[in-house]
Amino acid sequence: MSSAPQLDIDHVAKLARVALTPEEKATFAVQLGSVLHHIEQLAKVDVAGVEPSAHAFAVHNVWQEDVARPGLPADQALRNAPAQRENMVVVPKVVE
Amino acid sequence: MSAAMSAVPLHYRTIAELAAALAAREVSAVELAQAVIARAAAVEPRVRAFNSADPADALAQAAASDARRAAGQARGPLDGIPIGFKDVIAVKDQPLTASSKMLANFVSPYDATVTARLKAAGAVLYGRLNCDEFAMGSSTENSAFHPTGNPWDVTRVPGGSSGGSAAALAAGEAIATLGSDTGGSIRQPAALCGVVGLKPTYGLVSRYGLIAYASSLDQIGPFTRTVEDNAIVLGAIAGHDERDSTSYRAEIPDYRRELAARRGPWKLGIPKEYFGAGLDPEIGAAVEQAIAFYKAQGCEIREVSLPHTQYCLDTYYIIATAEASSNLARYDGIRYGHRSADAKDIVDLYFKSRAEGFGAEVKRRIILGTYVLSSGYYDAYYLRAQKVRTLIRQDFLNAYKEVDALITPTSPIPAFKLGEKSDPLAMYLCDIYTIGVNLAGLPALSLPCGFTKSSLPIGVQLIGQPFKEADLLAIAQAYERGHDWKLRTPVL
Repeated sequence: MSSAPQLDIDHVAKLARVALTPEEKATFAVQLGSVLHHIEQLAKVDVAGVEPSAHAFAVHNVWQEDVARPGLPADQALRNAPAQRENMVVVPKVVE
Repeated sequence: MSAAMSAVPLHYRTIAELAAALAAREVSAVELAQAVIARAAAVEPRVRAFNSADPADALAQAAASDARRAAGQARGPLDGIPIGFKDVIAVKDQPLTASSKMLANFVSPYDATVTARLKAAGAVLYGRLNCDEFAMGSSTENSAFHPTGNPWDVTRVPGGSSGGSAAALAAGEAIATLGSDTGGSIRQPAALCGVVGLKPTYGLVSRYGLIAYASSLDQIGPFTRTVEDNAIVLGAIAGHDERDSTSYRAEIPDYRRELAARRGPWKLGIPKEYFGAGLDPEIGAAVEQAIAFYKAQGCEIREVSLPHTQYCLDTYYIIATAEASSNLARYDGIRYGHRSADAKDIVDLYFKSRAEGFGAEVKRRIILGTYVLSSGYYDAYYLRAQKVRTLIRQDFLNAYKEVDALITPTSPIPAFKLGEKSDPLAMYLCDIYTIGVNLAGLPALSLPCGFTKSSLPIGVQLIGQPFKEADLLAIAQAYERGHDWKLRTPVL
């Protein structure tokens, strides 16, 4: 993190599964470049021996009783599906 | 009812006043809902705080409230009170869009926990309120649908991301509203619109049914006209929920009753890092006057230091975008949300649905978040940010060894012009005084503390200790009792 790395926008967009236009790529590369440059100052912080915190108040081992409860009925669960048939979500063909 | 109070139109009264009027049968819930609906119809063309609204449904809820009251079964101070919801909180059978094309046609199949609790308290749920897309932004300009105007000057932003919630309340289109706060998204718009906005301690209010942005930072909280009203709404929505695994098992006091019980004087800390370059001089002066008021009330004022403050913004933009990139992976065009019509195969469907469904700021944050989590960069960015987060939290906890609460500006600048900030980094700097609170998981609220010379509201931020909302609200009310900023309403 000593020198600002170049963000390979094509590679990252592919990882994120977002198609970007050439204009978006050019704009984001510049904008995120300045954000990353700003973020570089974190390298100055001495974090030796510091534990990372994922949450402000760590809550561990949250268990629930294993009891069956009513969930969403199929028609409600499918209510927002872009395409559906016979209580199933229709998707493009995955296997030829 | 005093003559002065009865001069205030119904849509600008407080929950406490209206609860008393409803109980005394001076007004019905239906009349109140009609007043709010009429007010919204009158001012919405200029304010545009709503994404959608269902007046018939609100009137039916109000009629049910009146029927309960007539039967002697009124449920408390919120029964019959119209409350608006930021459009990221699920209300069964109502739209839930996150102000995104991705969810433009989504209708919620269930209630969020806060929704269920407010329904149980008898509130009249009215209005889906505009925000920055997926709660990402500080001006509500990132909404895919339309910007919202600040009621004090509709050519200016209401703040964000909960801009519609703040603007609707300030414009009299609701009696209270709910928002969500990940880096300041309740407090900053509350400051810019001149209302009270509270971000509770992380874990106090269930996130079940809140569209996730950054799960370790997100909290739902109330916007209200007064501190007492905030205590009333908080009391209704706070408390453990087994459907949110980060929900905390804290004892929930009667916040409203505690207001009367807690009188101070308190020890208040002034973090010197929050009064540096970039702070608007008029805001600085107003906050100094608020500090002077507390001192005059017998509070002890101490300068404290939060030495890692300068790293909050960077830490936030690593953690929040990383979590966002993970949370928003669910929007793939398969089970719900926008699906591209011209994809050639399943992978293409993901790429195109997301490209078409998300706006620029959401894409930027997904890209940044994906990058900081990607192979080779995880340790340098994400892991390091989580360690700095520990240090930021320790700064606050160290300060609380000396003081009860901290007092700072909420926003470095007053409401700015729509379209004024086109650079993302400049927009991110709007949150410099609010994001540390989310990283540390603390409760904090913004309280009106004056106006600029051009009549724009100014907010002061009070930051409390974990789960000590009762103290935080009492400290805020001590200031509020000595000032009458809440009596001013915008000219619309």
